[in-house]
Amino acid sequence: MIRTEGLCKYFQSDGHPIKAVDGLDLQVKEGEVFGFLGPNGAGKTTTVRMLACLIGPTAGRAWVNGLEVGRDDLKIRGDVGILTESPGLYERLSAQRNLAIFAELYGVKDVPGQVEKYLKLLDLWDRRDTEAGTFSKGMKQKLAIARALLHEPPVVFMDEPTAALDPEAAKTVRDFIETLRGQGRTIFLCTHNLDEAERLCHRIGVFRQQLIAVDTPEALRRQLFGRQTVVHLAQLTDQMVASVRGLSFVQNVEALPNQGAAGGKLVISLSDPAAQNPAIVGALVGQGAQIQFVNELKHSLEDVYLSLIGNGR
Amino acid sequence: MNHIRTIISKEWADIRRNKLVFSVVWGVPLLMAAIPIVMLIVMSRVPVSQSDYAELGGVLKNPLFAGMSPTEAMQSVLASNYLVLFLMMPLMVPVTIAAYSIVGEKVTRSLEPLLATPVTTTELLLGKGLAAAIPGVVTAWLSYGIFLIFARIFSVSDRVFSVFVDPMWLVAMFILAPLLTIMAVNVGVIVSSRTSDPRAAEQLGSLIILPLMVLFIGPLAGFIMLNATTFWISAAIVALLDVGLMHLGVKLFQRETILTRWK
Repeated sequence: MIRTEGLCKYFQSDGHPIKAVDGLDLQVKEGEVFGFLGPNGAGKTTTVRMLACLIGPTAGRAWVNGLEVGRDDLKIRGDVGILTESPGLYERLSAQRNLAIFAELYGVKDVPGQVEKYLKLLDLWDRRDTEAGTFSKGMKQKLAIARALLHEPPVVFMDEPTAALDPEAAKTVRDFIETLRGQGRTIFLCTHNLDEAERLCHRIGVFRQQLIAVDTPEALRRQLFGRQTVVHLAQLTDQMVASVRGLSFVQNVEALPNQGAAGGKLVISLSDPAAQNPAIVGALVGQGAQIQFVNELKHSLEDVYLSLIGNGR
Repeated sequence: MNHIRTIISKEWADIRRNKLVFSVVWGVPLLMAAIPIVMLIVMSRVPVSQSDYAELGGVLKNPLFAGMSPTEAMQSVLASNYLVLFLMMPLMVPVTIAAYSIVGEKVTRSLEPLLATPVTTTELLLGKGLAAAIPGVVTAWLSYGIFLIFARIFSVSDRVFSVFVDPMWLVAMFILAPLLTIMAVNVGVIVSSRTSDPRAAEQLGSLIILPLMVLFIGPLAGFIMLNATTFWISAAIVALLDVGLMHLGVKLFQRETILTRWK
């Protein structure tokens, strides 16, 4: 649905080329929600602008919905919806008028019907005649989302949809995006919010001028940290640690004694915890260990992101 | 065509809700229309001496004023000279609206979603240009109509009134004025798409009025004779300039620069 090959964008600053996007190779499947993560200035917005045919690439090629960027720009613009960083509404015009203008520009057949549908979906119908400028940030963002979806585009670009929103408004917007999952639309989501990415995206790409890694959050976790079991013990002795280290399938063991107490925990790296945990428990019990809990260590997406961005630095 | 119509209706809806701009769009032309009307009324009541008449000098060589009495000549010369204001009228407000049209949307950040729609640059510029030009032309025609009503009442003779409905003025009002407006609006839109500061855009755009002052000062100074030929030639030149400026506008409109360089 979205494909790029060596996509580059350089800007000139004081006569020197600045690499905003440098050789992006990416494939986003139909119906996929793809999270595009990266720090400020990483080139995320530039990438979205290239894919939405707002600016042209310096080099490389890209296809959106089977159409090539730079060749079928008008058609691509008609096939994509874009939620820009700022809502960019016509503040003196009513919510309904704002949507009607864009519905007409996108060539929507039933303009009043589509406008009503999205105003109702986003809970703005009662405020349809209110000037958009008087809306709260959250309402403006919802109106901007409605504007991006009015023409039922198969591909939607969302650039920081919950940035600058209070937690309640952010949740409303996030919940709405979640309802879009499974509707067959391809959603390209630029975000800083890692929880949001984790919750909404099928796959994520960590990007800073270049694509550092791309996969599902779970697969990235495994690639970076492997699978780890944590065993909480009432007492932690050197013999217990040695008994676990002695098991052939154990990749690594880290002993973390409790501060000022007898117990502690063991963090054990394994290839297949489901199959290997019973043997570990057996070895520890054999050493007289009192096991309090056994669970899998889950690294947060933030750990993954920071690790990737740190390595890519 | 639908895109152009939508852009025009959006621009007008925005203007209607901006009370200051809306009152300027209608107020300034009507105020300017008052000048020749006042001139007409004053000249119908003030006796004209032979020496005042003689001061008209070269202007009287215009066949339009041939055989007129001093009072008739004075009224028709002065009032018709101020009719040139009706040519400037459709420029003043539209050029300001046009100059703000692109840069204003950039400032309010509504330009990016608009550029993301399947609207071509030609459609965008035409829509914005026409939205600015049409109110200017309509108010100019309305003002001219109001002037003619007063002229019918206060002209000292039918001969004076006939000067104001001479084909020369019909060419000026119905052909040259719209063409001049299109030119001014094109300049305004070009300036707007090349400047990142709305105030600078408005000020630069309003400079288009200056060359037209020649049409106002020229006849009074005696180096231009206002007649149908002058206006036809002017109209032909302006029409060519309009086509050129329209192409130039589309060429100079750089979506990428507007989105990435303007802050």
